[in-house]
Amino acid sequence: MIVDGSEGSLKQFLRTLPPVDQVGAEGRAAMLATRSIKTTSKNWAIDLAIRMVDLTTLEGADTPGKVRALCAKAVRPDPSDPTVPSVGAICVYNDMVKIARTELDNNGGQNIPVAAVSTAFPSGRASMEVKIRDTKDALENGAAEIDMVIDRGAFLSGRLGEVFDEIKAIKEVCGERAHLKVILETGELVTLDNVRKASYLAMLAGADFIKTSTGKVAPAATAPVVLVMLEAVRDYYKETGIRIGVKPAGGIRTTKDAMKQLVLVNETAGPEWLTPSLFRIGASALLNDLLMQRMKMRDGYYASPNYVTLD
Amino acid sequence: MRIDVKKTYKLFINGQFPRSESGRVYEVKDSKGKFLANPAQGSRKDLRECVVAARGAFSGWSGATAFNRGQILYRVAEIMEGRSEQFVAELVAQEGISASAAKLQVAKAIDTWVWYAGWTDKISSISGATNPVAGPYYNFTIPEALGVVAVFADGKPSLLNMVAGLAPVIASGNTAILIASEKYPLSAITLAEALATSDLPAGVVNILTGKAGELVSWVGAHMDIDGVDASGLGKKQLTELKVAGAENLKRIHSFNEINSPLRITSFMESKTVWHPIGV
Amino acid sequence: MNERQVSKFEYAPAPESTSIVNIKSEYGLFINGKFIAPKAGKRFVTINPATEEVLSKVAYADLADVNLAVNAARSAFTKTWSKMPPAERGKYLFRIARILQERAREFAVLETLDNGKPIRESRDTDIPLAAAHFFYHAGWADKLSHAGMGANPKPIGVVGQIIPWNFPLLMLAWKIAPALATGNTVVLKPAETTPLTALLFAEVCQQAGLPAGVVNIITGDGVTGSHLVNHPGIDKIAFTGSTGVGKAIARAIADTNKSATLELGGKAANIVFEDAAIDEAVEGIVNGIFFNQGHVCCAGSRLLVQENVQDEVIEKLKRRMSLIRIGNPLDKNTDLGAINSAAQLARIREISDSGDLEGAERWSPECELPKAGFWYPPTIFTGVSQSHRIARDEIFGPVLSVLTFRTPQEAIEKANNTPYGLSAGVWSDKGSRILWTAQRLRAGVIWTNTFNKFDATSPFGGYKESGWGREGGRHGLAGYLKAGN
Repeated sequence: MIVDGSEGSLKQFLRTLPPVDQVGAEGRAAMLATRSIKTTSKNWAIDLAIRMVDLTTLEGADTPGKVRALCAKAVRPDPSDPTVPSVGAICVYNDMVKIARTELDNNGGQNIPVAAVSTAFPSGRASMEVKIRDTKDALENGAAEIDMVIDRGAFLSGRLGEVFDEIKAIKEVCGERAHLKVILETGELVTLDNVRKASYLAMLAGADFIKTSTGKVAPAATAPVVLVMLEAVRDYYKETGIRIGVKPAGGIRTTKDAMKQLVLVNETAGPEWLTPSLFRIGASALLNDLLMQRMKMRDGYYASPNYVTLD
Repeated sequence: MRIDVKKTYKLFINGQFPRSESGRVYEVKDSKGKFLANPAQGSRKDLRECVVAARGAFSGWSGATAFNRGQILYRVAEIMEGRSEQFVAELVAQEGISASAAKLQVAKAIDTWVWYAGWTDKISSISGATNPVAGPYYNFTIPEALGVVAVFADGKPSLLNMVAGLAPVIASGNTAILIASEKYPLSAITLAEALATSDLPAGVVNILTGKAGELVSWVGAHMDIDGVDASGLGKKQLTELKVAGAENLKRIHSFNEINSPLRITSFMESKTVWHPIGV
Repeated sequence: MNERQVSKFEYAPAPESTSIVNIKSEYGLFINGKFIAPKAGKRFVTINPATEEVLSKVAYADLADVNLAVNAARSAFTKTWSKMPPAERGKYLFRIARILQERAREFAVLETLDNGKPIRESRDTDIPLAAAHFFYHAGWADKLSHAGMGANPKPIGVVGQIIPWNFPLLMLAWKIAPALATGNTVVLKPAETTPLTALLFAEVCQQAGLPAGVVNIITGDGVTGSHLVNHPGIDKIAFTGSTGVGKAIARAIADTNKSATLELGGKAANIVFEDAAIDEAVEGIVNGIFFNQGHVCCAGSRLLVQENVQDEVIEKLKRRMSLIRIGNPLDKNTDLGAINSAAQLARIREISDSGDLEGAERWSPECELPKAGFWYPPTIFTGVSQSHRIARDEIFGPVLSVLTFRTPQEAIEKANNTPYGLSAGVWSDKGSRILWTAQRLRAGVIWTNTFNKFDATSPFGGYKESGWGREGGRHGLAGYLKAGN
């Protein structure tokens, strides 16, 4: 594209991006939220959403036991119903990657990748050395996906070249071994103009996926934010022929929320993005709600939390 | 012969009904000297809690659309209408007026509430302006809510005075602390019950019963109260309030009319914005 | 599933149930608080334009019926309404507003059935705005001395009101709410093809206990309307409809003391500058011309796009248009509903065809139109110039004419170069440019970085041949008051 990676050319390019009108973007997102997904399309969408879930646990209190339970659930979300598909990925901290990979492989989950958060997640406040080491650890332990965070301090203070260089460096470490998701932490970027700029910056630097949030800061994956990111990947594809994925994470708790996300994808970037290789949903509680809704669609009456497993 | 269940009259703070943290109550007798109730005697800490609640509720309430505020205020009137009998009984007992006089007062109070509900989305049409400045600028003045306003409503007709003080203050987006009449406090708490059941967000209105004398000095001194409707205060107390209130330049006003848009605009600020016009 | 295989997200049918409405097989005229049969016993049908099925038979009001209605309104004005304390008048309007809110779903479904517009629009736009209009005006009833119309303004008397078919209940609200709030009584004639929500509104008046004769609803056609206009017992006419009929009304009342407010046609320019937020501008263009099937007097029917962003805008616009879902108006996912009548469809076709003949380039996304009913696909014409018929005549359908401009001054000139002056849109990220443009546009409603926004507090009405007077807001009261003592 236009940029040569220098601070100057980056700033120049990002300035040429059209502005986002907040009220207009919110209006568009609100209109898409009125779509009513019923019957056959709801069945289809629920299963697709399950396959897109990056089942996540990112707590200081995580233990091998917790991660193992999560992996079992990832492979077989509903033990009573083998037609339920497996999730898209498992997402854990670096030091849990090996445990997750082993457990998945032992449970018939060989096709489920392990994504690791990296680069001093969630704050991103560490030296480049540490961030690279963080990433290498994850890869060596079997992570096939890296979810890195951008340096928001650098972004907000205008050091865009630094942000760019960090992403580029981590992408180099990933190489062909892993796909790179770049977390923008849109809640800290605040404006939709910043979301647009950060999306382009990440894509230009080599992101395979752009991701909304760490899930540790609210607001996270709001509809207007996801809308702007989907517009960015749509337009980027038009200019380069490359499709970049989008991952909303944080605040997507119910089937209704997930349906709204899929509608956003469908009517913004387009149906080509309706696949786990281009759209993921970072979530934990969502999976059980999807399962309960699936049961309701199947059985005709509302389910109870007693009938889905805790992970 | 059935023994009736008597109401306990507590304070109304942040959408809840706590007793005074001081544990104090004071005796209220009816117009014939018979015991009526022991309403809470609000303390300085209770007032502090009211201010915290009102301040916390301010950004949400002033940020709501005028239409939304109007709807909620109208809903309060709906609920008050349903409680007319209780209001009437309390006024008869406290003020010693006849049932028909009490009914008239209650009806007027409800209608006054409706009157102010209908102002929320009109006040800026009459007190805002575009100003024809002598230059290529778009210049407009927009009235904005002031902040946290204390209302002293005293004297007969007690319910009507209370409503005329409270409704205009919150119509524009201010949040309020109503200091009930010391002599006739009970209607204030029944009003609180109506407020609590009508979609009014917690903290928008907070109500203290107690001794006016001490409450006046605490209100005057509190640096996070922005304005005061002092209509219910006598000259001495008003002076005391003004002296104390000068410390943060409280906007202190008293009114004679029940129905007046001035009761709304006096507790608003005007903001004037300039923007160049050019291609 | 193969990674590169495109999975189509088909939205299954999501129809709103019609069980909530109870359409009678026939209706009378609502005069003096009751439904009565028309004197000559004549009735006409109203159909669902999406299916052409007959919904009901409504009464045809002839001169005798109009007479009865006007007399009822006069009697109610003199004996009841003008004597009523304003606060009490206001309370009736508050009641009406609250009942409309309670019965909102019922009204929305009925509006969609009778008009053909998508349920999402009647549910989310028409009905809420109508209820809010009554709520707003209820509050003015006892505050008129503060409205800037003098210390003690008085109502005009009996008002004849004629409304169009494009926003039936909302147009009824825009007429009746201010008229009643200011102390007038009304005789309202809904449009021939969309009488049903007006008749249901009559029921709301009954539920609210509104005194008999304050509101009278008479169904009929253009002849009924002219009887109303010409009736000596009418003090004022309020009309929303075509410019042609508006001019006829102005001529008809010329030698009388009647006043009139007219809300007529438009051919609004939607101006997109190079520095606009492009994605939001595209949404605004789509909203501007395809909302309500383009049956909107203030529709942004002329896109004026700055030449240097023309390609990008048109490309995004076409892509966005291909997402428009046209079909069963009762389906919650439908974006574009039916054209209101066979006559309107014929008009749309006739004017649009002139676009082809005059050399403009037509484009519509591929869409499957239902077999029964009246339908027109969302359409744009590019390569349009000011002299093309499709750039001058109001089409009143989902057809957008695209013109270009090079400089802001040229945009202004082209935008103003029309006998109409109802509305305009301006898209730019630069505040001063927005204000500069708004200052120069000769239009009564200017939307900047948005379009088709309505609010009870916001005055609406046009310059030039788009009409006389304003509706809504403090300014909208003027048409219903005269200075008192």
